[in-house]
Amino acid sequence: MTMTEFEAPHVATREPILQARNLVKTFGRVVGLDGVSLDLYPGEVLAIIGDNGAGKSTLIKCLTGAEVPDTGELFVSGQQVHFKRPQDARVHGIETVYQNLAVSPALDVASNLFLGREERRAGLLGSVFRMLDTKGMRTKAKDELTRLGISTLQDVTVPVENLSGGQRQAVAVARAAAFGSKVVVLDEPTAALGVRESNQVLQLVRDLRDRGLPVILISHNMPHVFDVADRIHIQRLGKCAATITPQSHSMTDAVAIMTGAATA
Amino acid sequence: MTQQQTAGPPSAGQADLAEEFLDRQTPLSRIRNILHRYPAVSPALVLLIAVVVFSLLNERFLRVENLSLITQQVSVVGTLAIAQTLIILTAGIDLSVGAVMILSSMVMAQLAVNNGVPAPLALLAGLVVGLAAGALNGFLVTRFRLPPFIVTLGTLNIFIALTLLYSNGATVRGSAMPPLLTWTGTTFPVGPVRISTGVVMMLLLYIAVAFILGKTAWGRHVYAVGDDKEAARLAGIPVNRVLMSVYLAAGAVLAVGAWIQIGRTNAASPNGGVDLNLDSITAVVIGGTSLFGGRGSVWGTLLGALIVGVFRNGLSLAGLDVLYQTLAVGVLIIVAVSVDQWIRKVKS
Repeated sequence: MTMTEFEAPHVATREPILQARNLVKTFGRVVGLDGVSLDLYPGEVLAIIGDNGAGKSTLIKCLTGAEVPDTGELFVSGQQVHFKRPQDARVHGIETVYQNLAVSPALDVASNLFLGREERRAGLLGSVFRMLDTKGMRTKAKDELTRLGISTLQDVTVPVENLSGGQRQAVAVARAAAFGSKVVVLDEPTAALGVRESNQVLQLVRDLRDRGLPVILISHNMPHVFDVADRIHIQRLGKCAATITPQSHSMTDAVAIMTGAATA
Repeated sequence: MTQQQTAGPPSAGQADLAEEFLDRQTPLSRIRNILHRYPAVSPALVLLIAVVVFSLLNERFLRVENLSLITQQVSVVGTLAIAQTLIILTAGIDLSVGAVMILSSMVMAQLAVNNGVPAPLALLAGLVVGLAAGALNGFLVTRFRLPPFIVTLGTLNIFIALTLLYSNGATVRGSAMPPLLTWTGTTFPVGPVRISTGVVMMLLLYIAVAFILGKTAWGRHVYAVGDDKEAARLAGIPVNRVLMSVYLAAGAVLAVGAWIQIGRTNAASPNGGVDLNLDSITAVVIGGTSLFGGRGSVWGTLLGALIVGVFRNGLSLAGLDVLYQTLAVGVLIIVAVSVDQWIRKVKS
C-alpha cells in the first residue's frame, strides 16, 4: 500500500492517523455513503458537516465500527483495519462520543468513566475475588477531569443523571479523551447544550487538539464548526462535496456547498 | 487557527445564581434524593414500622420462636427473590423462577429416591437443571430478542408441564430421602433462637450476590445493561453475554432454592411453587428495586421478602383472615411501585 498517491493538501509532510478510502454503505436501496474518502492528520480538528441525510452519521459509524461499510478501506496509522464492532475501533485507539451520550444514568461519574474497562484491586482481592478498585478509579477519574480542566465536576460519586446536560457531555468527552490514544470522534457534542455549556465543550475540543489528539467533530452548528475546526469535510448526498478550511471559505460558502447551491 | 480563542470562562456570577436556584431543595425533595441514593432505606423503614406495630398488636410476635419461624418461612421466597433481583436489574422479569425451582427439586428428589443416585450427584443434577432452565430463558431473550416477560411466561408453562410429566404428579416425601437433601431443614441453636441451615444458606447467597453486584465489574455491567442497554453496548459492554450470564446465575440460585425448599417442606412436591413466581417479584418490588432496571439492591430484596413474611405472620397472629394478608401485600406492592416512580423523578 502506498500512501503517497493520495493527496494531502494542507499537511502533506505528515502521515494521516486515520484514512478512509471510497467507503460505500447502502441500506437496501438507500445509498448512505457513495464512495467517501477522508484523511485525519495529527493534531487537527476535522469537522464533518452536511444536511440531514447527507451521510454524516453513517460515515462516522463506519469510522468507529458501529456500522460495517459494504466496500472501501480504512487505515489507522497506515495499517489497514476492519472494524466489525465499536470495540474494534476502540482497540485501535479511536474513541467515540455518541450523540445519545452513551452514559449510564444511574451509575456515578467515576463508574461511567471506567464503564467497560473497570480496574481491579491488586493482589488476591482483585485476581480471585475480582474486586473493583473503586477508590483508585475515583482518584484517576478526578485526575483526568482536572487534567481536562473540567472544574465543575469534582464529585465523581454523583450519579450522572443528577448532572446537567453539559456536565454529562463533559463526562462522555472525558471518557473518550482518557482512553482515546489516537482519535476522538464527537457526534453533535453541543446539540443539546446551552451557550455556556457549549463553550465548555468547545474548549475541551481545543484542549484535546492542543494535546496532540486529533478530533473529528460532527455538528450542525456552523459557528461552532468555524470556531474550532481546522478543516471542514462537507457531505452532500452521500458524497464528500468538498473539504474546506475556515480560512478559505465563509459560513455562507459552506452552506451553499452543503445545499448544492455552489461547488468548492 | 485565526478564529477567536477567547470563548473562555463565561460571566460566572449570573450562572451561579441560576444554579443556586436549581439546587434549592425542599425537605421532601431532600428525602427523595436520599431514597434515590440508598434505595434500601424505604423498605427498611417499612419493616421497622411493621415490626413495631405487630409487636404491639400481639406480644407473641416478638418471641424468638416466632422470629425464627418467620425467617424459615422467608427462606425459599427470599432465595428465589435473589434470582429475580438479578433479572429485574437488567430490566427483565422472570415469571418462571418458582417453576424452575420446583422442577429442580423434583429432579434432586426423584434421582436420589427412585434412581438410587448418590445425594451429592442428585444435588448436582438439580443444579444442572437450574442452569439449563436459565440458559433456555437467556438464549431466548438474547438470541431471539423476545421480551423476558413473554419468554418466561412460555417457559413457566413448559417447566410446570415437564415437572408433572417427570414426576407423574407424585410427591417425594422427605423421610424417604437421603439426609443430605433435607439437611437444609435442620436447625441449630444460636443463643435462644433456632436457625435453620436453609436460612443460613439464603443469607450467604445474599452476601455473595451483594458483593458481586456491588464490587465487581460484572455487577456494574449488570446495572449498566439494565439502566440503558444501548449506552452499555456503546461503552463496550458485551450486553448479550452479560444477560446470558445473569440468567445462568439466576438458574444456579434457583437450584439452591430447590434444595432449601426440600428441607423446609421436608418433601419435594410437583404442585405449588406457582405462587412463588409472583411472591419473588413482590419481594423485589417492595425492596425498592426498579422494574425498569438498573436500580436497586439485593439487600432491599431481603428486606422486601422479610416485609412480606412479617406482614403475613403478624396479620395471622393478630387473628386476621388469610385474605387480609393477601390484601395487605397487594396494597404494599402498589405503594412500593408508586414510591419507585416518585424517586425516579429526581433531577439535580
